[in-house]
Amino acid sequence: MTELRARVLVVEDDADIRRFVRLALEAEGHEAFEADGVRRGLLDAGTRRPDLVVLDLGLPDGDGVDFIRALRTWSAAPVIVLSSRSAEADKIAALDAGADDYLVKPFGAGELMARVRAQLRRHALAAGSEPGADATLQFGDVHVDLARRMVERAGEPLHLTPIEYRLLTHLASQPDRVVTHRQLLKAVWGPGHQEDTHYVRVHMANLRKKIESDPSMPRHLVTEAGVGYRFVR
Amino acid sequence: MTDERPDPDALLRQVQADEARARRGRLKIFFGASAGVGKTYAMLAGGRAALTAGTALRVGLVETHGRADTEAMVGDLPRLPLKEVPYRDRVLREFDLDAALVFGAQHADALLLLDELAHSNAAGSRHPKRWQDVEELLAAGIDVWTTMNVQHLESLNDIVSGITGVRVWETVPDRIFDEADEVVVVDLPPDELLQRLKAGKVYLAPQAERAAANFFRKGNLLALRELALRRTADRVDDEMQAYRRQSTVQRVWPNREALLACVGPGEHGEKVVRSCARLAAQGEVDWHAVFVETPALQRLSDSRRQHPLRVLKLAQELGATAATLSAPEAAAALVRYAREHNLVRLVIGRHRRRWPWQRSLAERLTDLGDDLDVLQVALPGSPFRAGAAGAADERAAEPLPWRNYLAAVAVCAATALAASPLVDWLELSNIVMLFLLAIVGVAMRFGRGPAVLAAFVGVALFDFFFVPPRFTFAVSDAQYLITFAVMLVVALVIGQLTAGLKTQAEAATQREHGVRSLYAMSRDLGAALMPEQVAEIGARFLAAEFGARSALLVPDALDRLQALPGATATVDAGVARWAFDRGEAAGRGTDTLPASPCLVLPLKAPMRLRGVLAIEPAAGDRELGPEPRRLLDTCASLLAISLERIHYIEVAQSSTLQIESERLRNSLLSAISHDLRTPLAALVGLADTLQLTQPAPTEAQREIMRSIRQSAMRMSTLVNNLLDMARLESGAVQLNRQWQPLEEVVGSALASCAPLLAGRKLRVQLADDLPLLHLDSVLIERVLVNLLENAAKYTPGGSPIDIIGILHGDRVALSVQDHGPGLPKGREEAIFEKFERGTKESATAGVGLGLAICRAIVQAHGGTVVGVTRDDGGARFTVTLPVGEPPRDAGDGVALAEPLRKVQTP
Repeated sequence: MTELRARVLVVEDDADIRRFVRLALEAEGHEAFEADGVRRGLLDAGTRRPDLVVLDLGLPDGDGVDFIRALRTWSAAPVIVLSSRSAEADKIAALDAGADDYLVKPFGAGELMARVRAQLRRHALAAGSEPGADATLQFGDVHVDLARRMVERAGEPLHLTPIEYRLLTHLASQPDRVVTHRQLLKAVWGPGHQEDTHYVRVHMANLRKKIESDPSMPRHLVTEAGVGYRFVR
Repeated sequence: MTDERPDPDALLRQVQADEARARRGRLKIFFGASAGVGKTYAMLAGGRAALTAGTALRVGLVETHGRADTEAMVGDLPRLPLKEVPYRDRVLREFDLDAALVFGAQHADALLLLDELAHSNAAGSRHPKRWQDVEELLAAGIDVWTTMNVQHLESLNDIVSGITGVRVWETVPDRIFDEADEVVVVDLPPDELLQRLKAGKVYLAPQAERAAANFFRKGNLLALRELALRRTADRVDDEMQAYRRQSTVQRVWPNREALLACVGPGEHGEKVVRSCARLAAQGEVDWHAVFVETPALQRLSDSRRQHPLRVLKLAQELGATAATLSAPEAAAALVRYAREHNLVRLVIGRHRRRWPWQRSLAERLTDLGDDLDVLQVALPGSPFRAGAAGAADERAAEPLPWRNYLAAVAVCAATALAASPLVDWLELSNIVMLFLLAIVGVAMRFGRGPAVLAAFVGVALFDFFFVPPRFTFAVSDAQYLITFAVMLVVALVIGQLTAGLKTQAEAATQREHGVRSLYAMSRDLGAALMPEQVAEIGARFLAAEFGARSALLVPDALDRLQALPGATATVDAGVARWAFDRGEAAGRGTDTLPASPCLVLPLKAPMRLRGVLAIEPAAGDRELGPEPRRLLDTCASLLAISLERIHYIEVAQSSTLQIESERLRNSLLSAISHDLRTPLAALVGLADTLQLTQPAPTEAQREIMRSIRQSAMRMSTLVNNLLDMARLESGAVQLNRQWQPLEEVVGSALASCAPLLAGRKLRVQLADDLPLLHLDSVLIERVLVNLLENAAKYTPGGSPIDIIGILHGDRVALSVQDHGPGLPKGREEAIFEKFERGTKESATAGVGLGLAICRAIVQAHGGTVVGVTRDDGGARFTVTLPVGEPPRDAGDGVALAEPLRKVQTP
């Protein structure tokens, strides 16, 4: 995979964290811009046109979720949210508003860069792919033929229920992105089932039994506890 | 069509009555015309059959009177032990109500046989009468079978005594008989009964033998038998009517022609009440009994004033709604009451007017309420004279009245003495005036009786000393007779008026005093902020107003009654408890435990009962009159309202405080967590970025950076644990529970521990039949992470860890097993305490919060977590969680019984 050099906007009120995130990004060759609040961040996002945003949720002059909503009106750049532990509701709100991934403080430079890489890769992939160009998905020993709606595992055809198929394709089409229960419910069951999170969990458990080699330690359909799921290739 | 529809109010009453009956025990009465007809025998025979049918039966008390056949019938029926009640120098064996209640509480279908419903209990028992015991038993849901004779029925009591000439004092209210679920008439023709009597089969107490011989005459027995049968027939008729009403047969809903019994101050009130009760029973209508207290009546002696209250109590027992009205004039008050309560018939005693110009009560009632029927009840001859004499005696018994009379005579004598030197200068008519003045003085100072005496003595002295010929009672001029007569009449009238005025003024003053002190008390109570203050204000009022000692008892957190400080009376806990549980007055002067020295009043506030007030009157054994009692009731309700007000002030304050402290705690926690975590996050990140600096750091520098990072991470974990513990302990954590498979939580926990567990063999065995669990996945994941971290920390690297989940009935057990040294012996429970660690001063990092957090989280889920050392050495921590009721619907259009088992791993 070619090295991606990107413009990254860091919106964070703590100067030390901001500095370390910038240093880490610059060490990988990215260009980093710093902002210390929502207003400043939106201004920079409009003028610098970043390829990715690292956003702290607890900002002094406003709610990070509002920043995401505003950003999403004109930009599809991936957003990685920084949040503290035991703040699942904030994470979910941010993800539902359009954030792509989150990191719990404290986090190391390695973790951060892994997430940044994954998001940039996914974004580049989505931007570069043309409709119908690649109608297959391949991960581990599983092969999904999107055009023929066929799933094979290790060459053997795998029978998935329609719901399982929709779940799998919805998640696999956006790898490394955290998808909340609510988003999955809306995508697979349609609106009106926002509270029935056990639907997703039951079918996800069944899906794992079919495509994971060890369903209790999944490699592809990863659980983000209390938040949702992430598909990893 | 509409005519067929039952009256909704009547239906509602029916439903309520049915409900009340379902909770209550059922009462069955074996009813007979007289002793000896075989009621007890019949009851025992029935009891035997019921016992064979499997009913939980006890014999509460049966009087066999030594009769062999009855004795044999009791035989081995299970009996409740009798209670021994010391009475004077003997010990009476009485029915044990508490034992019966205990028995009733142990058996759902308890049945109790209890002879002689009309029996009066020994002094010191809970209730004076056995029928009151029975009421309590029924209220406790215990079925009761009992016996009674017709002459014990309250409303027939005077008829029976009229027929037989033998008065029975032990009576049972008609209400009990009418509300009994079943009445069995035990009948025996008089001839046979007389034969049995002759054969000695009927028990007669030795001292009653002569009276009884009089009683057991054939004529009497026939009359009693007829009474008993007719009374039962009335009852059957009522049942029939009740049935008809229920089955919507009735077409017209009659106006309820309710009756009002007007109780006078005289002896005849009882007769009026009984007659009214009979009329009401025949017409099957409601009735009220009312006594009007007029100012004139307040002059009567206390015992005369008590009488109407006793009559009202009787009326209540006979089923009336009783009330005491206070009004200047009886007729107007009665008419107003009757109209207010929609009572169309007034029942009064027939009184002859005492004076031709007086109007009788009936006439006044007719004048005021021409729409009301007035029924006059014939009153017997004139036992009133006797009553009046009694009253006079009572009056004589009041403190030192003879001195008043003596003083009256002395005043007259002094007047005569003072006037005699003036006889030459004054006209005789002016001397008359002097005597009249003296009589007015006597009336004002000493009251009515002495005034009357003074009138006569004055006339006599005037005649003797002043009317010529002086110093004889002879009168020379017949004209003086007119002077005497006028003087006497004027003296009597003035005396009466003056004395009346005085008593009224006194009564008014007394009332005003009562009202004023109540007002003062309520003002004080308004300022009271603590129950103790209320108690003190109440005690002060009662001491000042009645000279009574008192105590205020309120329930504590465990619902035990505790006297508030400042109590001056000691209360029997049983009486207080009874009054509190029932919300009724108990103790002295009431029906319940009247032997108690205290009167206990419930403190009824609008929302609930707030406690009880116990009053121990200072001296004298007289019952409290209606007016002091009213004052006490008002006092009690004022105290109750104050206690309630204080209670709600406390509730409001504590909830404001709670909200405030919760808000403070939450904002403090989030501030701390932000302020502690942010620098730690920076520390970790900066330590990382240090490695990226140019020129590249040496290996030694890298090592230091790693140490900085690790320390910061450890610190972060510690801060997280402390904050989590604080949140969990303060109750600030709200579980975000959702139905989910356990497997998913296990998976995410293993993922977050992956770096720690690297190089170990992990064996996960989750049973296929595990249901969905209602969990907060984040918190349960934390539990598992903590357990796994412990396993990694305390066991040699590379040793395997097992995770096993199985279903145990309605709980799921999830175990984490390691293969290390096991738990420290004897500390399996202690390690779950905060800041406890398995090994003291161990080299392993941590402060000992992990397991405490685990326990708090699992307990919040309604589960348990325990740790044991397995037989083969390693430690096993088991989290047990309740299964609950998982949703059936899995959102795929198919209702799945076992949504997780459906798919087999390929």
